[in-house]
Amino acid sequence: MAKDYKRDDGRKFDELREMKAKVGVVDNADGSAMFSFGDTVAIAAVYGPKKMHPQHQQNPEKGTLRCNYNMVSFSVEDRIRPGPSRRSTEISKVTEWALEPVLMIKDYPNMVIDVHISIIQASASTRCAGINAAALALAHAGIPMKNLVSSLSVGKIDKQLVVDVNKFEDSVFDEGEGATDIPFTFTGDGKITHLQLDGKISKDQFMEAMNLAKEGAKKVYEVQKKALKESLN
Amino acid sequence: MAKEIERQVVIPGEVIAKGNNYLPGEGTEKNGDEIVALRYGLSEESNKLVKVIALSGVYQPRRGNTVIGKVEGLTFNGWILNVGASENAFLPLSEVPRFVAKGELADVFDIGDLVMGKIVGVNGRGIDITVKARGLGRVDGGMIMEVNPNKVPRIIGKEGSMISLIKNETGCNITVGQNGFVWIQGKKVEDELFVRKAINFVSEKSYLQGLTEEVQKWFDKEKGGKKK
Amino acid sequence: MKTTKITGERIKQYLEEGKRFDGRKLDEFRDITIETGVSNQAEGSVRVKLGKTEVIVGIKMNVGTPYPDSPNKGNMMVTAELLPLSSKRFEYGPPRFPAIELGRLTDRFIRESNFIDFEKLCIKEGEKVWTVFIDVYSINHDGNLLDAAGIGAVAALMIAKMPEYDEKEEKVLFGKFTKTNIPLKKGLIIPTTIYMVGKNIIVDPTLEEEDVSGGRVTIGATESGVINSMQKGGLDTLSPEEMENILDLSEKVRKQVSSALGKVK
Repeated sequence: MAKDYKRDDGRKFDELREMKAKVGVVDNADGSAMFSFGDTVAIAAVYGPKKMHPQHQQNPEKGTLRCNYNMVSFSVEDRIRPGPSRRSTEISKVTEWALEPVLMIKDYPNMVIDVHISIIQASASTRCAGINAAALALAHAGIPMKNLVSSLSVGKIDKQLVVDVNKFEDSVFDEGEGATDIPFTFTGDGKITHLQLDGKISKDQFMEAMNLAKEGAKKVYEVQKKALKESLN
Repeated sequence: MAKEIERQVVIPGEVIAKGNNYLPGEGTEKNGDEIVALRYGLSEESNKLVKVIALSGVYQPRRGNTVIGKVEGLTFNGWILNVGASENAFLPLSEVPRFVAKGELADVFDIGDLVMGKIVGVNGRGIDITVKARGLGRVDGGMIMEVNPNKVPRIIGKEGSMISLIKNETGCNITVGQNGFVWIQGKKVEDELFVRKAINFVSEKSYLQGLTEEVQKWFDKEKGGKKK
Repeated sequence: MKTTKITGERIKQYLEEGKRFDGRKLDEFRDITIETGVSNQAEGSVRVKLGKTEVIVGIKMNVGTPYPDSPNKGNMMVTAELLPLSSKRFEYGPPRFPAIELGRLTDRFIRESNFIDFEKLCIKEGEKVWTVFIDVYSINHDGNLLDAAGIGAVAALMIAKMPEYDEKEEKVLFGKFTKTNIPLKKGLIIPTTIYMVGKNIIVDPTLEEEDVSGGRVTIGATESGVINSMQKGGLDTLSPEEMENILDLSEKVRKQVSSALGKVK
């Protein structure tokens, strides 16, 4: 694996795309945020905590985090029919798993916190952008949390590891060993709350990918922190 | 030597203070000798107690709070009120200062009516309300404004200084519910709208120091430009 | 929570005096802003803001077979989604009537005006035609999503560029845009919805105002005043005089909408 590998968009192997983040983008929501990796743009809005209905879904031991992830029909080249899909249902669940460990959800028995994520423009790593926007929106909504979580993807294209996979690396690249996509989510103190992998990788290279992801997550965290710190400006 | 902690925006997981003589207040926890923020808000320290003032989030009901709620349901023995908290509130027949016969509930407070009440308890079942005190009961006339409940302390001000200033400058009666519902009554609708504008201003600038002077300046400017 | 009764009374009282809570006159729209390029994957996309109300509208195109009764015309499909992220009043789930109505009203407005020249969207008669998909999403609901959607649909259609079509492979080359706009007829079409509040009629209500409105009439018209589509919603009834007042008000305010649309590049 080469440290001076040049990617199709000119980035170094461990360079993330330009990230942007802002909170307070949906006036009606209790908390909201926008997060982007290059051309991938996600917005998230939080409503809650509020009483969970119907009553039989209430959990007396802890609150419920309910995420719903959707892609706007024109966020991709090939129009997505509006409505849920198996993919969006899975990503919604995975997003809940990525976020819940840092939420102090035991404080809200019988309540629900709704997080709605929409991808406005997609260029790979959409679930990661969604998780980052959701984490910001939850903090912005004043939900008690131990920490933020930061998400990004590490890819392997043929034998080369790259950080923050773009559309070409995710769906077009097919030389050699093809493309492997590994989205990760880390808490602010370096614990993994979410991990998926599609492709082909050795244990050693995976460990390397994980370290790259951990370093990259710190950079995502800085962007998220800045958005919250500058929220009053 | 203890350093004074500055008032600043903090985020979940951020270390606000280090040193064994600090105590963890609301919105924080102690991790070793570090005080860590458990929510997004403004950090504040006084007498070594470090806390995070919420800038956002739904209303957290407390016993003793005066709130304004909207009647959303009638049961056989009371009224269900929406006070903007994560739970609904309940006003039982027994907490109304007059005899109400069963079946008469809608005549006293009907669905859609606004009621000013006091929270007597917050427990697993929900929020308990009473209207058995002077000034409590149905809200009639004037208009209602909803504000972020976290801004209520600033809108009221230290010892009511801010709300008094707004009342004097606009000539209106204003009651601020702790749940962010504000009842405004004026002789003219223009005056009531002026109060709304002023309260929006306070809400937006709520994090500033010396806010009362800023608001006085704002009033002087607004009234100076007003054609009568 | 719906607007309280007493505030609703105040809104109606104020309207009697010709005034509104935010200082606007009864025939005044909020600031209309139209941003283009919301998604670079769309053939065209815009973000429309009416005060705090915000919607995004995107155009996607594809090639398919025409309907049997219009073998030489392209097609159009309008879908609207009231995203739960835009308001605590919208729940996650299949589209309910308000979303369906929003889609259908916007569809009627565009379709009945013949704004899109469907015959020019024909590639091969009886076999291949373009379909234009117009998708509307609410981002923040503070009243009058109807007009925001209509304005967004017109603006998005105006700036959209057709993708390349590979005739040999019979494939749309998404991402490869031509410099060709969607074939539209000359002149703007303008949506305006007139809302009835008590005895008064207003335009562009905030959510508070919309809550106390008992009915509305949505009108689609051309710049020269030809009416192409109309629909009355809500339970309030209208006398013929009141209907005429509504048509007059619609005509009066169209300039505010057309001037915002005129600035779209």
